[in-house]
Amino acid sequence: MAPAEQTVASHPLDELLRADRLPHIWCPGCGLGPIMNCYVQAMAASAIPINQHVVVSGIGCTGRVPGYIKIDSFHTTHGRSIPFATGLKLANPELEVTVFSGDGDLFAIGGNHILHATRRNLDLNIICVNNFNYGMTGGQLGPTTPKGARTSTTPQGNPEDALNLVALMGSLGAVYVARWSALHVRQLEQSMARAFQKKGLTFIEVLAPCPTGFGRPNELGEGLDEMHLYQEECIVDDHADLRDCGIDLRSHKPLVLGNFIDIERATYGEWET
Amino acid sequence: MIQAAQAPTVLTGSHFMNGDIACAEGALAAGCTFFAGYPITPSTEVMEHLARRLPETGGRFIQMEDELASMNCILGAAWAGKRSMTATSGPGFSLMQENIGLGMLTETPCVVVNVMRGGPSTGLPTLIGQADVMQAKWGSHGDYEAIAYVPSSPQEMFDLTVKAFNAAEIYRQPVFVLGDEAVGHLTERVVIPEASAIQRLERRRPAFAPGEGRIYEVANGDIAPPMPIAGEGYAIHMTGLTHDTRGYPVTSAEVHDALVRRLRDKIQLNADKIMEWEEYRLDDAGVCVISFGSSARSARHAINIARESGLSAGLMRLITVWPFPGAEIARLSDRVRAFVVAEANLGQIATQVERFTSRPVIGVHHGGGEMLRPDQILAAIREVA
Amino acid sequence: MVAPSARRPLDSLRQVLPLGQLYTIPERCKGCKFCIEFCPKDVLEESTEINIKGYHYPIVASGKEEACVSCGFCQLVCPEFAIYSVDTRAAT
Repeated sequence: MAPAEQTVASHPLDELLRADRLPHIWCPGCGLGPIMNCYVQAMAASAIPINQHVVVSGIGCTGRVPGYIKIDSFHTTHGRSIPFATGLKLANPELEVTVFSGDGDLFAIGGNHILHATRRNLDLNIICVNNFNYGMTGGQLGPTTPKGARTSTTPQGNPEDALNLVALMGSLGAVYVARWSALHVRQLEQSMARAFQKKGLTFIEVLAPCPTGFGRPNELGEGLDEMHLYQEECIVDDHADLRDCGIDLRSHKPLVLGNFIDIERATYGEWET
Repeated sequence: MIQAAQAPTVLTGSHFMNGDIACAEGALAAGCTFFAGYPITPSTEVMEHLARRLPETGGRFIQMEDELASMNCILGAAWAGKRSMTATSGPGFSLMQENIGLGMLTETPCVVVNVMRGGPSTGLPTLIGQADVMQAKWGSHGDYEAIAYVPSSPQEMFDLTVKAFNAAEIYRQPVFVLGDEAVGHLTERVVIPEASAIQRLERRRPAFAPGEGRIYEVANGDIAPPMPIAGEGYAIHMTGLTHDTRGYPVTSAEVHDALVRRLRDKIQLNADKIMEWEEYRLDDAGVCVISFGSSARSARHAINIARESGLSAGLMRLITVWPFPGAEIARLSDRVRAFVVAEANLGQIATQVERFTSRPVIGVHHGGGEMLRPDQILAAIREVA
Repeated sequence: MVAPSARRPLDSLRQVLPLGQLYTIPERCKGCKFCIEFCPKDVLEESTEINIKGYHYPIVASGKEEACVSCGFCQLVCPEFAIYSVDTRAAT
């Protein structure tokens, strides 16, 4: 008969983590922890040597991910992780470069750079954690905040429409586009593994609870409540029309997840002669 | 990737060469193997020349979507081990400031060329200015020290770009080459030496194995911490947040103060090794003209005319404008009666000179758009002679 | 236990279900309850004790000591790297 739980001092993944900095700064119920967990697992299981994995981030709660992972990790300025990653990758093509950043960092201040990196089809993995607000600075409006939602800078309700990230990235020609959530950890880990394998610009949007910045002000409850919402309302449809895949967690419309696009396209510098 | 037949990296010989091109060739001669930039007059030729030359010398080139991207791209390339550079002018230099700060705090070696033009704002895109010199020191937020070279000729566009790369590697920070449009667009003789005669200083590498040392710790006597390179297993953590010697962010006034002071001292305590200026007919001069870049060419001519008329004037031509040679100006104040500062801006270096002397400082200033004329400088010399 | 049905896998009597041993690091827990809520076998519950930060960490519920099948979901969904399981019946 197996005994009940045993208390230990370390976790099998601690070798890949800067365990001396745990527990991390993210709130209880934040989705970043599981997403980082999937990334570390996927990296450990990948055929690419750990020394070649590099992670680059910008500013925000998601931007803190590199600080907890024991690989070459670069925490750059707001919106500029993609050009920095471009420099790393072009200077040393052997590196497996993953950009780990938030919806605002990548699509508001950083919007220009993700547009061009995708157009170029640089060999980069982009993981965009979408928590529908600017969490680190206290819950302000972001480019994915749904219309009418409450944030600290839209106290009367957001007058703006939100970006549909997967439709945008599909239209820009990203060779791999997927959306999962912090609850869908198995699919997310597989998705990251696929991204490591693929040449070209891969994009994974991951929905994450942010109870402090978005959940509680919009009556979505705690992190656990939002995870239950994902469980109840997410559907998986790899063949969905991305134009119909906008998200508003308050609307109780189905949230469409899946591996939507997986194509081949000549990468930066490769062309037919 | 981009295919090109291979060509020599160092074009040894005597050339009739444009200043921007000379800067590009200086970068190649210094070992530059990465350039990311954005077109902007009057620096575009630097980029266009490297677009052709880097693929044929084993380097990488990319035109980025804006200057913010360019600055970050060269920082990333530096962390992957490359000697990297970008080139721009005033408006682009303004856009790069935030990430110049990132380069300063993270101690990332790279070279930023600013071929100055008339400003502020869009200003005079095709005409000379020298009004970015203060910005090179104070343009990004926070306290940091700048190293900035101010070439006066296409030859110096070559030579000082080589020096800038070496300074970047030794002092581990972005280093500026502040040309101006006149110097960038002049075509003059440029002599490029044999490759073996061109000094190449490299960043210090860690002496310890991965996991066994702190990557932001300065060993006794070293100028800067050793720099690991991505992909070698050092599990680098680089952040723009204030960090400890492991590179990890810390929220501590004490650690922050110590870090910012160390970065300042890195340059200030080595200023004598970095600063350069040229003295022309200054030994017995009663009036010292201070100038740099294309303005210094006019100043030199003004000195010659003044001497012919019996006025004892001499020139201190700045080759580096930062660190600023304040102590030398204080020393000169013991034997000269007055200073004349000639610059194509409304008095940026003049205010620096005033800090270090109680002698009269006469400015020969212009908002930009044309080179200062020797007769304008001569008039100022006559005023105080 | 094999449910009575018309279809039974040929090797069902030879199959050995995994039996998971859970390991926890209570000081890391922030009480999010993801592991407790989403365990497919309802193995976990909140402790009555609290850790140094005041959070109730997960413990194996009474009677569930042999229920864990080491599916690894808690291990992957835990934001804090505070829980993992090992299959005690896995071939080493």
